[in-house]
Amino acid sequence: MLRFLARRSLGAIVILILISAITFFLFFALPAEPARLACGKNCDPTSLAMINKNLGLDQPVPVQYWKFMVGIVAGRDFAVGHCAAPCFGYSFVSQEPVWSTIVDRFPTTLSLALGGAAVFLVCGIGIGMIAAWRRGTWIDKFFSSLSLLGASMQIYFVGVLALAWFVSGLGIMDQPAYYPFTDNPAKWFSGMLLPWVVLSLIFMANYSRMTRSQMVEQLQEDHVRTARAKGLSSRTVFFRYAWRGAIAPIITIFGIDLGSLLGGAMVTEYTFTLHGIGRLAVESVQLTDLPMLMGVMLVSSAAIVVFNILVDAAYAFIDPRVRLA
Amino acid sequence: MTSPSQTGVAEKSAPGGTESEAPAGLAPRQLMWRRFRRDRTGVISACVVVFFFAVAVLAPVIAWLYGKDPYTTYGLDRPELLDPLTGYPMKPNGGIDGEFWFGIEPKLGRDVLTQLVYGIRTSLLIGLAATVLSTLTGIVIGVVAGYMGGRTDYFLGRLIDLLLSFPQQLFFVAFMPVVTAIFVSPQKETPTYFRVTALVLVLWLLGWMQLARLLRGQVLSLREREFVEAARVTGASPWRIVRKELLPNLVTPILVQSTLMLPNFVTAEAALSFLGVGVVEPTPDWGRMFAKGANFYEGDITYMFFPGIAMVVFVVAFNLLGDSVRDAMDPKTTR
Repeated sequence: MLRFLARRSLGAIVILILISAITFFLFFALPAEPARLACGKNCDPTSLAMINKNLGLDQPVPVQYWKFMVGIVAGRDFAVGHCAAPCFGYSFVSQEPVWSTIVDRFPTTLSLALGGAAVFLVCGIGIGMIAAWRRGTWIDKFFSSLSLLGASMQIYFVGVLALAWFVSGLGIMDQPAYYPFTDNPAKWFSGMLLPWVVLSLIFMANYSRMTRSQMVEQLQEDHVRTARAKGLSSRTVFFRYAWRGAIAPIITIFGIDLGSLLGGAMVTEYTFTLHGIGRLAVESVQLTDLPMLMGVMLVSSAAIVVFNILVDAAYAFIDPRVRLA
Repeated sequence: MTSPSQTGVAEKSAPGGTESEAPAGLAPRQLMWRRFRRDRTGVISACVVVFFFAVAVLAPVIAWLYGKDPYTTYGLDRPELLDPLTGYPMKPNGGIDGEFWFGIEPKLGRDVLTQLVYGIRTSLLIGLAATVLSTLTGIVIGVVAGYMGGRTDYFLGRLIDLLLSFPQQLFFVAFMPVVTAIFVSPQKETPTYFRVTALVLVLWLLGWMQLARLLRGQVLSLREREFVEAARVTGASPWRIVRKELLPNLVTPILVQSTLMLPNFVTAEAALSFLGVGVVEPTPDWGRMFAKGANFYEGDITYMFFPGIAMVVFVVAFNLLGDSVRDAMDPKTTR
């Protein structure tokens, strides 16, 4: 297990370095003058030169990249002052350190992702199990059609519709907003409720479809038939035998989904005006704030890569047939 | 797969009567077509899909027959259409009437029906271009990796791994301005055709890996089969083996995957336009309508309703079509 984790972590670091390099070169080597983007509208040559010097943009790109990477690990000194350890540089627009902005925004994304994931995982798997349990009946057909419909919905449509109906129309739900959980748990809950529900509606469909097909497949497996032949109750067969094999692929998808949600659910955050990582990314794109975008990109990639490893590790616990080498 | 062993299965699934007169003489393609024709869901969703493409192709004709265009600000030209204070349509339900079938846009007062029709055209064009490019890339890389094996396979596999660990949506959003900045200087206005090209490029860049990985696996197992071996022994060139032996056996996964790819690209493109980094004003676009609609959902949700319903119908039809195509080509799958 430890060897597996060590090997995968090493691979993950390599992938992250590659992603950072590709992103950095695309961002800072290709556009003609990144400094011009930092300089704003009233830009004269002197201030342009100063920005170039302050941000180190006058150096060759590989040198810049090296300094950027060293900055993440060890901190970095700019002409304007010292930037402490995980240093991703300063925003072109707000002049704030990138890292502290990301840290500020992260709780919103975390609340959205974890809450939403809890809802869609439980409901999705539950519905899929019921459909598989009652395969072929109207319950199955009903849920299957519902899943198809759900999978074809888009947050930018359903989300806005939900806002119009439940928030401004009927007024039975609060305007989505993030309140720190530690300050006021009730407000935190009511502020995130609508985003969770809408996010779940869309993700749930995928999970229930997959759970159903996996369960149907598993119920035809030899070990399930053996369990049946032994005379175990169908409930035991269903939940102790078939379920274990069915859940592994679902965990894979869940890991990928959670990883990408933690890296910022852009459309959801944008629709509900939640100021998380995803919205930060969109804002940085609109303002061409390259350092900020670079930071968000790296943090999001890291979330995805880390969750992939966690998923593979979780496999071994759930499915006894999987042994990690 | 259309391997020879499948004729037995196909024969069994063909019902008695006129259709099974000479089932052994039917090509796999004909058998597939027969199975597909009998699948009512599949036929209906195929009709819906064809309808959407027809709308996209015939957008100018529709606009001409209907007598409006997506750019004219009817509401500003005729003040009686819009409320002067709020800018919302005077008539209820977003100003739907005999003249404006789907209502008019708040503030600017443009016609919704023609915007939607032209928007579908833009979105389908981008989606289709990205699908074609991604499918071709996926085929080439998947087949090369699977057939060559060894070091080529290893490096292509790592490339796929690397690209798959990019945060996809974020990549789409982040690289739009970069791709644009490479070719257009920031001081100048970006032309529309260029934005469309950039969108296609960005979608394509991260769209081909799944298909490539799938095909690689298929080729890997096909490569060891007797008929490929036989072709190799008789001295067929690798190019001929790929073209005559491998590709015909890969038609099913390619077709199924690209049917599922297209709606994904269309919704991804719409998401980009919704976030304001895709197609921008004044070009009509499906996703841009959602961005607009989100601005005035409090006063006029009707504006968003038609594009939204259209998109749900479109994606549902495509998903059902994908399932039906798979069922028709591979009757062994159970649902």
